Amino acid sequence: MAVDRLSLDIPDRSITVLVGPSGCGKTTTLRMINRMVEPSEGTILLDGQDIQQQPVNTLRRSMGYVIQNAGLFQHRTIVDNIATVPRMLGWGKDKARARARELMERVGLDGALAKRYPYQLSGGQQQRVGVARALAADPPVLLMDEPFSAVDPVVRKGLQDELLRIQAELGKTIVFVTHDIDEAVKLGTMVAVMRTGGHLAQFAPPAELLSDPADAFVEDFLGADRGIRRLSFFPATGLELLTGPIVAVDATAEQVAARDTAGAPYLLVTDQEGRPLGWSEPGELTAGNIRQAELLPYGRPFVAGTDSLRSALDCAVLSPTGWAVAVDAEGRTAGVVSQQTIGEAIRGAHAERRASDRAAERPQAGKDSRVAR
Amino acid sequence: MNLLHFINAFFSDSAHWHGYDGIPTRVGEHIEYTLEALALAAAIGLPVGLITGHTGRGGNALSLIATAGRALPTFGLLVLMTLLLGFGLVNVMIPLVILAVPPILVTTYEAMRSVDPSPVDAARGMGMSEAGVLFQVELPAALPLILSGLRSGAIQIVSTATIAAYVSLGGLGRYIVDGLYQRNYEKVVGGATLVAGLALVTLAVFWALTRFAVSAGVRRSG
Ligand SMILES: Nc1ncnc2c1ncn2[C@@H]1O[C@H](COP(=O)(O)OP(=O)(O)OP(=O)(O)O)[C@@H](O)[C@H]1O
Ligand SMILES: [Mg+2]
Repeated sequence: MAVDRLSLDIPDRSITVLVGPSGCGKTTTLRMINRMVEPSEGTILLDGQDIQQQPVNTLRRSMGYVIQNAGLFQHRTIVDNIATVPRMLGWGKDKARARARELMERVGLDGALAKRYPYQLSGGQQQRVGVARALAADPPVLLMDEPFSAVDPVVRKGLQDELLRIQAELGKTIVFVTHDIDEAVKLGTMVAVMRTGGHLAQFAPPAELLSDPADAFVEDFLGADRGIRRLSFFPATGLELLTGPIVAVDATAEQVAARDTAGAPYLLVTDQEGRPLGWSEPGELTAGNIRQAELLPYGRPFVAGTDSLRSALDCAVLSPTGWAVAVDAEGRTAGVVSQQTIGEAIRGAHAERRASDRAAERPQAGKDSRVAR
Repeated sequence: MNLLHFINAFFSDSAHWHGYDGIPTRVGEHIEYTLEALALAAAIGLPVGLITGHTGRGGNALSLIATAGRALPTFGLLVLMTLLLGFGLVNVMIPLVILAVPPILVTTYEAMRSVDPSPVDAARGMGMSEAGVLFQVELPAALPLILSGLRSGAIQIVSTATIAAYVSLGGLGRYIVDGLYQRNYEKVVGGATLVAGLALVTLAVFWALTRFAVSAGVRRSG
């Protein structure tokens, strides 16, 4: 038996990720939802209705389906691939194609590709076409089986960001299968970790998965650096940034002298616009004669408003001085922060999270489907 | 006397271009037998091949039948048919059809089986009917191979339809049979040349058909 007595409440209008080792029954579970696999026992409810009640093709047309290698029709152009389901639903050719072009734009495909054939597209582009095809008839539910696993990491990241954006815009109920825990943590509103036999090991939001794995299996599956990864759920907005130890490259001797006492062992030198150039020891700076080549590198800055504590920590670790540089959206220096301060912020965030977990109830999900076998 | 001389003599004799035994008539008859036999063979081989290939069932039985069909001696069958049924077009059609069904049937089956399963899975998953999956997804992808099966069948029929002459029918076999009987080698060589020419024309027709019927997306990706 591939999937045995699995019970799952999939929340509406969010991404539910099924993750687990190869052969654990993720695909089987997903395919039961659109009845590509019929359960021998048990029921699946969609909006309270048993999916067995409606004709199978009507059900499938109301659910987008995306598979690993996109599965595009080689004999059809890109627009006609995307227009498949609208055409099956009886739309006219022009209307269906207009809709297809609209979707190409939504998934970030150049309109010039419309008349091309699948073989003329890269793997990443084909996968975007697969997503557009699944969205074409505006189905409320989207089923995705390892859709991004056959593309390189850079393209995969782009596709994941695109999916999150589309989800934010369209509010689909997405069931997403992957064997990549990082992808699950990044995309999932809820993550179901499965083990062989289709048993549910844990069903939780990703932050909770990382902080409280249910058992040794889940912990092992999450990998060694789950503590670091969990930091991506804490925003860096609360970090106290120092603006004292910063001087512009064209600063006067008085300005340099005034910055000297700002409470940091190093000074950050910026250009006239405020973009970071590098670190220097205060004594070594001579006004009017700051040589950029002699500055210590600052590694990589993090964006103060949007990045997580994980990025901030990473920047501090990368910087030879142990201090991270925060910038605003335009790349201008917003302040600097030490590893020590970041460490305190992490401890603070943990404490706060524990307190709020105790206070708040578990999130109320709009229950709509239940998989059981 | 060399071959080219025979060919030249045959085609330059104006008597060979008119009448019931003229080249246009014989070529016409030959094409007629070929088209009829091919249509019958396709009517049997294509649907059976498409359906068994689509469902994936009956592959073993199919290759057995095909092997048996290939093992049957065409000429022997013709003789047998004539003994049983007397002279007539049916006697010629049966062996020709039996000759052409195996390549059409087996190639169609193989073509359908070798279609990439992921678009088929995607099509089903998006709610396409079984007929839709067969005709809109599998058939267009399998078409180049299916056409090559039809082409093999057609070439075999064109070359073998000469047997019609043995049972007093027309076609290009007339020249060969009569020529041999009359020891008129000019006629034999002329007939054989025409058969070869017709086979080349068949190849050209299928080449054009493939260009016309197969989607550019399939032609270049496969
Ligand atoms: N059509 C089938 N018939 C019988 N058993 C199957 C079928 N498909 C899959 N299985 C079995 O069911 C189990 C679960 O398979 P499934 O494809 O759901 O795994 P998965 O979690 O999607 O794995 P992967 O990550 O490798 O895709 C496996 O043991 C597999 O061998
Ligand atoms: Mg799978």
